[in-house]
Amino acid sequence: MLSISELTKTFEVRKTAFSIKKHVISALDKVSFFVEKGETLGVVGESGSGKSTLARCILMLEVPDSGTITFAGADLMDLTHNQLRTYRKRMQIIFQDPYSSLNPRHTVYYTIAEPILFHHIAPKEETRKRVIEIFKNVGLDEDFMNKYPHEMSGGQRQRVAIGRALATNPALLIADEPVSSLDVSIQAQIINLFMDIKEQYAITMIFISHDLNIVRFVSDNIIVMYGGKILEMGTKEEVLNHPLHPYTQMLMNASQGKFSHYKGQDIIDISGCLYYPRCQRRKAVCKNSVPPLTGDKDHMVACFKE
Amino acid sequence: MEGVRVIVKNNLALVGLIILVPMFFCAFFAPLIVPHNPVEPDLKNILSPPSWTHPFGTDTLGRDVFSRVLYGSRISLLVGFVSVGIATMIGIFLGSISGYYGGMLDEIIMRFVDLMMCFPTFFLILAVIALLEPSIWNIMIVIGLTSWMGIARLVRAEILSIKGKEFVLAAKAQAFSEKKIIFRHVLPNAITPVYVVATLGIGGAILTESALSFLGIGVQPPTPSWGNILTQAKDNIEVAWWLSLYPGLAIFLTVMGYNLLGEGLRDIFDPRRRYQS
Repeated sequence: MLSISELTKTFEVRKTAFSIKKHVISALDKVSFFVEKGETLGVVGESGSGKSTLARCILMLEVPDSGTITFAGADLMDLTHNQLRTYRKRMQIIFQDPYSSLNPRHTVYYTIAEPILFHHIAPKEETRKRVIEIFKNVGLDEDFMNKYPHEMSGGQRQRVAIGRALATNPALLIADEPVSSLDVSIQAQIINLFMDIKEQYAITMIFISHDLNIVRFVSDNIIVMYGGKILEMGTKEEVLNHPLHPYTQMLMNASQGKFSHYKGQDIIDISGCLYYPRCQRRKAVCKNSVPPLTGDKDHMVACFKE
Repeated sequence: MEGVRVIVKNNLALVGLIILVPMFFCAFFAPLIVPHNPVEPDLKNILSPPSWTHPFGTDTLGRDVFSRVLYGSRISLLVGFVSVGIATMIGIFLGSISGYYGGMLDEIIMRFVDLMMCFPTFFLILAVIALLEPSIWNIMIVIGLTSWMGIARLVRAEILSIKGKEFVLAAKAQAFSEKKIIFRHVLPNAITPVYVVATLGIGGAILTESALSFLGIGVQPPTPSWGNILTQAKDNIEVAWWLSLYPGLAIFLTVMGYNLLGEGLRDIFDPRRRYQS
C-alpha cells in the first residue's frame, strides 16, 4: 500500500537573521518502512523527532531531499504536479490543531462539501446527502451544518477535520497528533471515532502521537522515532510488551507515570547513537558508531545493547 | 446584518458613519438638493455673507458656495474611491503574487515597492500632471499609481502568515487547484486588513486632491472642488470668511469621517477581538 524507503529531509536554519552560516537540521534520516492495506501504523516520538515532517513528506506537502515514497504502485517523487494531485486525493491528513486547520470563513457544510464538489465525487444534487452521511459518521449533529469553526468546540472542530479528510474517500489517512490539543475527556471520544472509521472505511492509517497510551489503542504496528531516525519498530504487541530500546522503555515508563531522574549530558557533536547523551545504558561503542536497525520483521531495534 | 450590528456597537466606526452617510446622500442627490446652479455667476450678489438664500454665502463671482461645496463632495468622493480602488487592486495583485509565490519574484516586487516608496509622491504627482493635462481622471490615476505600496506590503505579509496555516496545507492535500487555493482559501483570509488601510487611504487621497486643486493643477474651474474653492478663498480671506470656512470644514469632516471609520474597522477586525461577543 505505502512503502517508504530511505526518506531523508533536512532543513537549513540560520541561528539569527544575520547569520551567514546555516545549520543543517536533519528532520528525517533514511527512514524506511511500509504499511499494508488496512493496517494502522502508530508513530511515536517526542517533539522534534520528525513525526510531522514525515506526515508532510508522505503527502509531498514538503518535498523530501531523497528517498522514495511508493503509494499504490507509484513513486510520488517522480510524478508531475498534475499526476501528484490525483494521488493526493487518495491520501488525506488530519492536523493537530483543529483551530488552524479549518478555514475560518467557510461554514462546516462547505468545508466538507468542497472536496466532494471539486473532485466530482458525487453528483451535484447528491452532495448534501453525502455531507449528511459524513456528518453522521463522524458523530456530528446536522444542526452544525451552517456553523462556522469559531462557533464550535475543539472536539467538534476535529470531527469536522476528520469528516473533511473522509470526504474524498481516501485509501490512506494520516493523522498528525489528532488528539494532542484536545481535553483528555474529548481525546477518548475522538480515539473511539478513529477506531470506528478504521472499521467502517477499511482505511489504511498512519497515526502520529507523542503518547504511547493513545497509539496503543489504534495501532497494529508501531514505529518509535527520535531525532529523525527510527529507533525501534515492530508489531504493537512486540514493541509494547518487550520494548528493547532504552528510549522506548523510557517512553513506556513515562506513559505509566514513572519518570526517571537521570539527567543526560549535553553533547553537541554526536557521531554515534543520537540517543547517547540521554541514554541510561550507554556503552563506549555507542559514542562513535551508529547502531543499525536490526531484527526480524516483527521487531527491529537500533541499539547495541544486545 | 451582523456586520451592521458590529459597526453600530463600535463608537469610532459609528461616528465615522454618522459623518459619512449624510455626505454620501448629499453627493448622490446633489443635483436635487442644490438651491442654485453651482457654476452660474450672479454678479449682483458677489461676496454676500451667509443668508437664507445662500446658506454658505457667495463667492467672487456670486456663485452659491453651498451648491459648490455640495458638488465638490462628488469630486472628492469620486477621487477617494477611484484612486484608492486603483491602489487597492494593484496592491492586492502584486502583494499576493509576492507573498504566495515568494522567491525571486517576491524579491523583484518588493525592491520595486522600496523604489516607489523613495519617490516624494506629491512632487511625482506634480511632475506627471505638469506633463499631462490636469484633469480629474489623470489625478485619480496618478494618485492610485503612487499609493499602492503600503497595501502591497500588507497583503504580502498577511499572505505569508496565512500560507503557512494548516487549512491551506489541508487544501493542498485535498488536491485543489492553485486557483481555488488562492482565491477561496488564502486571499479571503488575508483581505480584511486591506479594508482598514483602504478606508484610511480614501481620506489621504481626498486631501491630496484638495491640495492639487488648491495649487491649480487639479480639478479645473469652473468645476467646483473643495480645493479650488479654497484657492479663491485665500485672496478674500479678510473680507469673506465663509469662502474658506465651509469647504475647509467639509474637507476636515470627510477626512475625519474616513479616519474614524478606518480606526473603527481596525478594532472590529482585530484578530484578538474577532472571537469575542
